[in-house]
Amino acid sequence: MEIEEEVIFDSVQYMNMELMRFTTAGSVDDGKSTLIGRLLYDSKSIYEDQYEAIKKTSEQKGEEYVNLALLTDGLRAEREQGITIDVAYRYFSTPRRKFIIADTPGHIQYTRNMVTGASSANLALILVDARHGVVEQTRRHAIIASLLQIPHVVICINKMDLVDYSKEVFETIEKDFRQFATKLDVKDVRFIPISALLGDNVVDRSKNMPWYEGPTLLYLLETVHIASDLNHIDCRFPVQYVIRPQSTEHHDYRGYAGRIVGGVFKKGDKVLALPSGFTSKIKSIDTYDGPLNEAYAPMSVTITLEDEIDISRGDMIVRENNVPISGQDLEVMVCWLTDKPLQLGGKYAIKHTTRNARCIIKDVKYKLNINTLHRNEDDRTIGLNDIARISIRTTAPLFYDSYRRNRNTGSLIIIDEATNVTVGAAMII
Amino acid sequence: MNYNLNHLKELEAESIYVIREVAAEFQNPAILFSGGKDSILLTHLARKAFFPAKIPFPLVHIDTGHNFYETIEYRDQLVADLGARLIVGSVQQAIDEGRSVEEKGFNASRNALQTVTLLETIEANKIDAAMGGARRDEEKARAKERFFSHRDEFGQWDPKNQRPELWNIFNARKGMGEHFRVFPISNWTELDVWQYIHMEGIPLPNLYFSHNRNVFMRDGVWYAETDFMPRRESEPVINKVVRFRTIGDATCTGATLSGAASMEEIIQEVAASRVTERGGRSDDKRSETAMEDRKKAGYF
Repeated sequence: MEIEEEVIFDSVQYMNMELMRFTTAGSVDDGKSTLIGRLLYDSKSIYEDQYEAIKKTSEQKGEEYVNLALLTDGLRAEREQGITIDVAYRYFSTPRRKFIIADTPGHIQYTRNMVTGASSANLALILVDARHGVVEQTRRHAIIASLLQIPHVVICINKMDLVDYSKEVFETIEKDFRQFATKLDVKDVRFIPISALLGDNVVDRSKNMPWYEGPTLLYLLETVHIASDLNHIDCRFPVQYVIRPQSTEHHDYRGYAGRIVGGVFKKGDKVLALPSGFTSKIKSIDTYDGPLNEAYAPMSVTITLEDEIDISRGDMIVRENNVPISGQDLEVMVCWLTDKPLQLGGKYAIKHTTRNARCIIKDVKYKLNINTLHRNEDDRTIGLNDIARISIRTTAPLFYDSYRRNRNTGSLIIIDEATNVTVGAAMII
Repeated sequence: MNYNLNHLKELEAESIYVIREVAAEFQNPAILFSGGKDSILLTHLARKAFFPAKIPFPLVHIDTGHNFYETIEYRDQLVADLGARLIVGSVQQAIDEGRSVEEKGFNASRNALQTVTLLETIEANKIDAAMGGARRDEEKARAKERFFSHRDEFGQWDPKNQRPELWNIFNARKGMGEHFRVFPISNWTELDVWQYIHMEGIPLPNLYFSHNRNVFMRDGVWYAETDFMPRRESEPVINKVVRFRTIGDATCTGATLSGAASMEEIIQEVAASRVTERGGRSDDKRSETAMEDRKKAGYF
């Protein structure tokens, strides 16, 4: 292979990169695909053969410039119809961070896909067309970001080139959004004027908007503080799998394998196992690379205890003085993900952390209008893309925290027992 | 105190979590092992996931009969080291027994036949979750793949009707005769894989490092001279210094002219590369949506 330019790649730096997940939302016309294409292209995450392929397609379609949006259209139907069907994941990195983009479509099944993309994101990137300002879709995306507790929201006011790079237009949109956002539960909101098509303030600072003194989008993505996004206070360890080697060497070994979803566990800590309520001490925190003195979210480890107590998959190991709520009656906000409406009184399977159970839908409190935040207590028909507050009762107790406190112990999925399809995404209030 | 993982450690933790979820939720899972670096990485992560116990499921190798011998050698050594069980699904056997018909001509490939043997092997061994080393950054159809990818009773993938996947909660429920494909390293990029293999000191088949080999050029791609790939008169064999960036069936894996002989050199080369790793794979070049079409039918 011919190497065209000498890239000096720093292996040591690569080992110190953080992982940041963000979700994008916006309709086709907002230039979302163009923006992602621009980030990938300008950060040199696009390979020559990929670029040549989209260049060829752009030319065949008679388009004026290379359509960077084509980079994100994966499936045959999408290429044919020029739309995005499903959540697609994109990757790029800079020397500071590795990024995973959950790219969600703006139109069909928007809420379902937005919620899916938002569920694991550190940051939501919402596009606003500078010519149209804050519209219904902007509000919808912001409400979902708020509901899903995405810690950081960036509003990209795009197509600034089409409004003469006007400071007034930018400020009006920022003011409009801030006014609306007072109703939301979003802690960190930023605004950036950009042109995804021409590259202003995406990777390189715009010469056309000297009045803007904030960071470029890429710089913001690289530097926004995400280390505190995980809960490092409440110790939560859902047991995934019990490791018993049954070999001569590890004859009596019994390790609880799982991923820490909150807090910091240390060797010697006094812990409590749920649901049994038995207490013990952490004997060791094991990994293939050797034992650890402490472990924290989101590490995957194996914990052994001093005492032999009965613990199996679906149980949770916590600190004695900081326990989650245990209960069978839950109030949740649910996003409905399928055509067949939610059945009041219906029974469903659920999965919460590593625990499988069943539930019955006891009540629908209200349906949330996700354009206005209005609570409609009269309309209780919950169909595809609807968001509602409901009450459920589970067959077995769950060990949970509110979703606001911990996105892992506060979330669960609802599954149709006949089709096995995931039909609801629920956040515990 | 800084409670921060670097991105490779976070990817490792995520993959281990997914692998353990598979072991816990399925009766009869397996790793699809191709001998390529991605399935080697996957197997390494599985070893970590269950330490100090052995990997509690077998490795499945779909053998086209057109493998590099280095791949088979590596596979057998690894299986011995792990104390794992190996299941081989043989494409040659399927052809001999008349269940598969070989393509003819110069560009004949057993790529499509792998799908038949893979599905037969899954069915014969009652495998309900087949873990693969596919990554989302590899190819545009894979960018939409789930970690837990549901397959119907014909082994087909329905990309327009995938189950939504939220948070880290994986829905493993399925009907009779259905199975899952699971991709624990979905979020890794090619560079992540190389850097991690280097960091962990995982041994790789020599094919990945530069060596002298008899090759010939077809459609702009260098192929290894082998008994099972007929050549045209216009395709002379030349000895070159090459290495392989991906390793699949020898009839569809192109070699890269490269002097990269160490992990450090390979990482520099991958970081500087301007062509995707699948750029050397003729199986992807058959059409714009070649991968999507094969995946729908039940390919890896």
